[in-house]
Amino acid sequence: MNIKILAFGIAKDIFGGTSVNLELANDATVYNLKYLLEQQYPRLKQLASYMVAVNNEYALPGDNLHERDEIAIIPPVSGG
Amino acid sequence: MTPGQLSAAAKSFNFLKGNHGSDKMNSLNTNIQIFPFPLNIQSSVDWIMSPESGGIDVFIGTVRNQTKGKKVIKLEFEAYEPMAIAEMQKIAEQAFEKWPVQKVLVHHRTGVLEVGDVPVVIAVSAAHRAAAFDACRFIIDTLKQTVPIWKKEIFEDGEVWVAAHP
Repeated sequence: MNIKILAFGIAKDIFGGTSVNLELANDATVYNLKYLLEQQYPRLKQLASYMVAVNNEYALPGDNLHERDEIAIIPPVSGG
Repeated sequence: MTPGQLSAAAKSFNFLKGNHGSDKMNSLNTNIQIFPFPLNIQSSVDWIMSPESGGIDVFIGTVRNQTKGKKVIKLEFEAYEPMAIAEMQKIAEQAFEKWPVQKVLVHHRTGVLEVGDVPVVIAVSAAHRAAAFDACRFIIDTLKQTVPIWKKEIFEDGEVWVAAHP
């Protein structure tokens, strides 16, 4: 499946845009996504941490992804 | 509550909302919004006040002129708006569960802010002050940890996304 991943904050700089598209296996998990992204964008590994959000909720590494999910990379937040 | 009162409450939300604020997640006792233009502190206070309240606690975040001794020219705030609204709503719900508070307002800015500008206003009303103080502090502390909003500090000689790197 082809998924679109939204990027915010420093993730936008790392991806070079506000989103990237990635081809993933149909049963892919958040863990699989992070692994693939880190292969393509090694600078992700230099971040203090980052989370993946699925449909506006923080996701766990074992959560499955689906083609129509809204997926976003959440680098360390710094609001307030 | 009568339909007339509900309609009046909805109008007051629309007044606060202006043309750009996102307020998909509001009920009669929470007011959670993100604005791309200056926050209105007085209208926040007006909204949080109620005859049942014995006190209100307001936290106003402001842009500081330096960070670790380095002069800050301006800040840029970016939000993942639908998720940020949802996370702020969760924090408000937790505040209602933890303390006997009456109303919670959280307004956050996006865009470019200069020294002295206000990125965040949090207001809490309660019958007694202790709950308002405690809930207000909990809301700003938790917001800084969980809400997907990012701050870029812009210096004379460069810029940095705050907290991005260890």
